[in-house]
Amino acid sequence: MDTQKTYNIHVREEGGGRVLLSLSGRIEVGNLHLFVSEAEDLIHKMSPGSLRVDLSRVEYLDSAGALGLLQMEDRAKARSISLEFVSVTEEAKRIMGLINREALSMKPLVSEKKSNVIEQIGEGSLRILNDFISIMTFLGDLLTALGRSFFRPRAVRWEDVFFYLKRAGVEGLPIVGLISFLLGLIIAFMSSLQLKQFGASIYVASLVGVAMVSELGPIMTAIIVAGRSGSAFAAEIGTMKVNEEVDALVTMGFDPTHFLAVPKVLAAMVAVPILTLYSDFFGIGGGLVVGVLGLDLTVYTYVQETMTVISVTSIFKSLVKSVVFAVLIAGIGCQRGFQVRGGAQAVGSATTSAVVAGIFLIIVTDSAFAILFTYI
Amino acid sequence: MERSNRKPIIVVEDLTARFGGDTIFQNVSFEVYEGEIFVILGGSGCGKSTLMKHMIGLYETASGKVLIHGVDITKADERQLKKIRLDIGVAFQSGGLFGSMTLAENVALPLQEYTGLPREAIDLVVKMKLGMVNLAGYENHLPEELSGGMKKRAGLARAMALDPTVLFFDEPSAGLDPISSAELDSLIKSIRAGIGTTMVIVTHELQSIFNIADRIIMLDKEAKGIIAEGDPRWLRDNSTDPRVKAFFNRKVLDQEGKET
Repeated sequence: MDTQKTYNIHVREEGGGRVLLSLSGRIEVGNLHLFVSEAEDLIHKMSPGSLRVDLSRVEYLDSAGALGLLQMEDRAKARSISLEFVSVTEEAKRIMGLINREALSMKPLVSEKKSNVIEQIGEGSLRILNDFISIMTFLGDLLTALGRSFFRPRAVRWEDVFFYLKRAGVEGLPIVGLISFLLGLIIAFMSSLQLKQFGASIYVASLVGVAMVSELGPIMTAIIVAGRSGSAFAAEIGTMKVNEEVDALVTMGFDPTHFLAVPKVLAAMVAVPILTLYSDFFGIGGGLVVGVLGLDLTVYTYVQETMTVISVTSIFKSLVKSVVFAVLIAGIGCQRGFQVRGGAQAVGSATTSAVVAGIFLIIVTDSAFAILFTYI
Repeated sequence: MERSNRKPIIVVEDLTARFGGDTIFQNVSFEVYEGEIFVILGGSGCGKSTLMKHMIGLYETASGKVLIHGVDITKADERQLKKIRLDIGVAFQSGGLFGSMTLAENVALPLQEYTGLPREAIDLVVKMKLGMVNLAGYENHLPEELSGGMKKRAGLARAMALDPTVLFFDEPSAGLDPISSAELDSLIKSIRAGIGTTMVIVTHELQSIFNIADRIIMLDKEAKGIIAEGDPRWLRDNSTDPRVKAFFNRKVLDQEGKET
């Protein structure tokens, strides 16, 4: 914004080192800087013994204008020049009275303890350790609650289980189907480019089948569920925490883990394996499209080749994996939700953290399974 | 006060609360007697809500005891704690209602869980409780369809579902217009008059305090503890502590503790 000069300073020397500055016009926020520097220049150039500032012709003075006048007074004082405001209107006095001079020079309070790099590394490590402990504690609580639900199925909130089954499972079908189909299509297409050169196009079916059933099906499904439902669980419980709903549950004698986490985890434990099978099916379907349209294979040959490489054991293994993934995704989502302290921002962080930690755990657990399944 | 004849329901002994390295208050001791309306008072940030949350076992204490009906809840096991929790009701600042449930479902929840009453009986009790807090007919409303004052009253109805002997209120008047606030105050008084429930209320609303409180404690941020205890009217007229006088007379103190 251009600074427009809306005021005037008229200078009159009164003899004996005395100077009268008559201000007129509008002294306001838009020209504060201009006014202060002009006043300072005048004081510097004239170096009077004493200054009188006449405000009688000032048309408008806002709080910034009043600040300008006080700064002018400070500049004069710094040069040991006495300054006096004359013909100050009641309104100008009130505005000038509002300004707390101490606040202008006060140093900002230290809001929190500043720590050096080593302390920060220490604090960071402690945070990771505490996070690990809280995840383990929650996992313990969750498994206990799941165990109790197994022995007392009537205590489970089945209504909620079906609700989350619909949310995490049924509503996830289109996206899981689409992504798996495209994934199968891409793998088949990319591998066909290589295998065609050796006349081994038929192995595209085996490759897609094995890749989808043993790795990509369970992992992709788990990642999609972590993004859709893990985050939703964290946001839901986090918001309940902020709204004191979790506190209300505790004070009513309910166990929040049993009440809020168990239905979500149970729903995920059913939904994720079903979605995984569905994903396998669509992935193989994607491969089939490439096989039939691009490699001149018949549907029958493709399906038969796929059937020879997929065993019941491999499907069973992928289902076991997906159940474990389900517990991890839903568990970490709920745990992050329960961790929320504060307001909306904390809910956002919990949601992000639920997805990131969920995906991390999926990949780490999958590696563990890869080793485990190799030796059994 | 005829304290000697009355039984303390809640005894707080040398309670200290810390968050991280910060001490919120320390060595706080007081008693709440049967059937009284006891108010925890103090300015913003003095730890009054924190004190209440320690009294209902939501926060872990740094040291000290909280005895409810003679059981120290800081050391109680799950079973004892559950028993105590079924005997207290808590009305939260924002109501704490479950957003996915209707008012009727919210109020019915503790009844379904702990009473084994048939559906019709529960519906009837829910209607009665909602009627008691002037929310008759709102059974099928979701919390989001209600105003702030209505949510607080619905939260109160749920807190009273199992007829607890002690009711805790966190800032019942916060965010309410003077009329809704006065309505809630008269509701609190009528519940006490009708059922004889002991009430522990956290607030800083002067009007409310003089209207409902039998006895108060005043917490102070600087002192990190209680600076006054007793009848609010007596304290207003007779206390010599400048902080107490300033609070009751809505005066601002300067750094030396003098009225500005």
